Amino acid sequence: MSTRIFVPGDSSALSVGADEVAERIAAEATRRKLDVTIVRNGSRGLYWLEPMVEVEVKGERIAFGPVAVDDVAGLFDGKFLTGGAHQLRQGPTEEIPYLKKQQRLTFARCGITDPLSLDDYQAHGGYRGLKRGLGLAPDAIVKEVIDSGLRGRGGAGFPTGIKWRTVLATPADQKYIVCNADEGDSGTYSDRMIMEGDPFVLIEGMTIAGLAVGATEGYIYIRSEYPHAFRQMNRAIEIALEGGFLGANVMGSGRAFRLHTRLGAGAYICGEETSLLESLEGKRGQVRPKPPLPAIEGLFGKPTVINNVISLASVPIILDRGAEFYRDFGMGRSRGTLPIQLAGNIKRGGLIELAFGITLRQLIDEFGGGTASGRAFRAVQVGGPLGAYFPTSLLDTPLDYEAFAALKGMLGHGGVVVFDDSVDLAQQARFAMEFCAIESCGKCTPCRIGSTRGVEVIDRIVAGTDVDKNLTVLDDLCETMIDGSLCALGGLTPFPVLSAVKHFPEDFDRAPSRRRTRSAA
Amino acid sequence: MPNFDAWNDQTAQSLIEAHKSKPGALLPILHALQGRFGYVDAGIVPALAKALNLSRAEVHGVISFYHDFRDAPPGAHVVRLCRAEACQAMGNERLITQAKDRLGIDFHETTKDGRFTLEAVYCLGNCSCAPALMIDDKVYGRVDARRLDQLLDGAGKRS
Ligand SMILES: Cc1cc2nc3c(=O)[nH]c(=O)nc-3n(C[C@H](O)[C@H](O)[C@H](O)COP(=O)(O)O)c2cc1C
Ligand code: SF4
Ligand code: FES
Repeated sequence: MSTRIFVPGDSSALSVGADEVAERIAAEATRRKLDVTIVRNGSRGLYWLEPMVEVEVKGERIAFGPVAVDDVAGLFDGKFLTGGAHQLRQGPTEEIPYLKKQQRLTFARCGITDPLSLDDYQAHGGYRGLKRGLGLAPDAIVKEVIDSGLRGRGGAGFPTGIKWRTVLATPADQKYIVCNADEGDSGTYSDRMIMEGDPFVLIEGMTIAGLAVGATEGYIYIRSEYPHAFRQMNRAIEIALEGGFLGANVMGSGRAFRLHTRLGAGAYICGEETSLLESLEGKRGQVRPKPPLPAIEGLFGKPTVINNVISLASVPIILDRGAEFYRDFGMGRSRGTLPIQLAGNIKRGGLIELAFGITLRQLIDEFGGGTASGRAFRAVQVGGPLGAYFPTSLLDTPLDYEAFAALKGMLGHGGVVVFDDSVDLAQQARFAMEFCAIESCGKCTPCRIGSTRGVEVIDRIVAGTDVDKNLTVLDDLCETMIDGSLCALGGLTPFPVLSAVKHFPEDFDRAPSRRRTRSAA
Repeated sequence: MPNFDAWNDQTAQSLIEAHKSKPGALLPILHALQGRFGYVDAGIVPALAKALNLSRAEVHGVISFYHDFRDAPPGAHVVRLCRAEACQAMGNERLITQAKDRLGIDFHETTKDGRFTLEAVYCLGNCSCAPALMIDDKVYGRVDARRLDQLLDGAGKRS
């Protein structure tokens, strides 16, 4: 009997040599006349162990990682095909504490199945949600999503079902479902993992959204930095079409849903929903004033649901297991689970899907195991480039939309980036301003010009020029950006800046006479 | 794979034809052109405007808005270094300096021998295997000084 070996085809795993490892395993098996089948699964998200190779032994998967090409012969010598001992052996995958402690709902299949196998997908619960949805009236589907408490995972946290209700209630000859797969926030990759590791769940979620609001066309807007996810998504759409899960007659229901992909072109602002719609229409990605809401006048002027990948990919399980099942996870008004991406200077970085409510400290210590460098922890940025920097004293903050908002921060798309004590928060604040200047769509002066001024002011502070006066200038500038920006790029860039000043004032206090000495990294 | 074709108006025209009936066709066309030639030649703007019923100014406005689209041919290999926060936390600054020093160019520049173009990118979704970079359309993670040298050596040989 052929032994199944899993070597992820996820682009992060590929970035550390998964293809080369898979090739070597195949060659080594041939040389030793062993019968193996190599499956290119998605990643389980235990990224410090990638490339993580799993071997199926008597129905149980045993993990080995991180595997380098040169380890492969040794693994065979150690009889890894029967789960034999090796220093890279991590034991049964499901028993690895990092994974075992998680609550995987949206990521239930990612890393387990062959991402492009419809049979695998269905054998692991796939298409049960759509099947149920096909038997429900549109407003019943919408109600289910509202009742689940699902809030948009793209950053703003708006209730998904409420948005759908508006689109359902707006009559039109054509409506659209748009998936925001621009995933521009640094420190995040959960959208990429789903598209590469379980693309059918996104297709299923979008199809359900189409049924719910009466849309027959869908677009997935994928950032150009993700060529691998783009190819994988295209393949999955073709396979779903051939399998009768997309097209004129979805699952034999007589209902139509067609899906298209589009590539972004390297503009962060195109993650903002109205800018994304402009871009999909082939225009400059400039932010549209609201109203009208995209739900009323969206893509090509038609009512449009626009949701993040994770929001849409969470819908199938909500339909399958019911709103209550999903809502029972979480805290306060943050219901369900959040796929957290732990990254940066951290020993064990990876995807951690958990009910809302876990604290930053638990994440960084219990999951992350401390910094990668072994140096002391100093700061964490949560929520991408527009998210606040928090010091040690705020590590007991639970991951909850409201708890973060109260501290002038945000959860955003769930990215948690850890820094050790070599970080210079003045430079981080400067980068936030610089990034805003590079990515501004140019529509509002406070964002376009203010961000460039911001870089200059921080440079003066760092140089020790009139520090107190310039800190006041920086404060005023931030206030102008917050008040005078049309969208959250200009409106939220002050958050990383002000949080850095507030929580790490010593990094801004650089008058030469007072400059503190910091040991170089 | 990484090398691009020399600009050819006829091929460009056929790429325009192939995509122009798509809704919101301009970006797919620009990607098709850049995918083939490595850049979008300014001379094609009138043809794009005509095919899509837009003004030349509108077409130019779109091309210049997006960071991806180049107006001149890049080197044989495009090296994109991640400048974003997770990579910063893992010392990307040293890699950036190393790459610039070794190639003798800054971001948005191409080496004299035409082998490499250096670009900045803001996150490759490889943040848990930082620092990350991309060469052509392949991502690399946990890149240290030695690996960067090897990657540049390897790509240099392929061209
Ligand atoms: C500057 C900016 C960038 C954004 N980038 C993204 C992004 O990359 N992905 C995303 O899903 N949402 C992004 N958003 C949020 C979207 O505007 C919008 O809220 C989201 O697509 C709605 O989907 P959701 O309700 O499912 O989260 C961004 C917003 C702003 C202001
Ligand atoms: S805040 Fe900045 S990015 Fe947003 S609309 Fe204004 S100029 Fe454009
Ligand atoms: S921050 Fe560099 S890959 Fe995400």
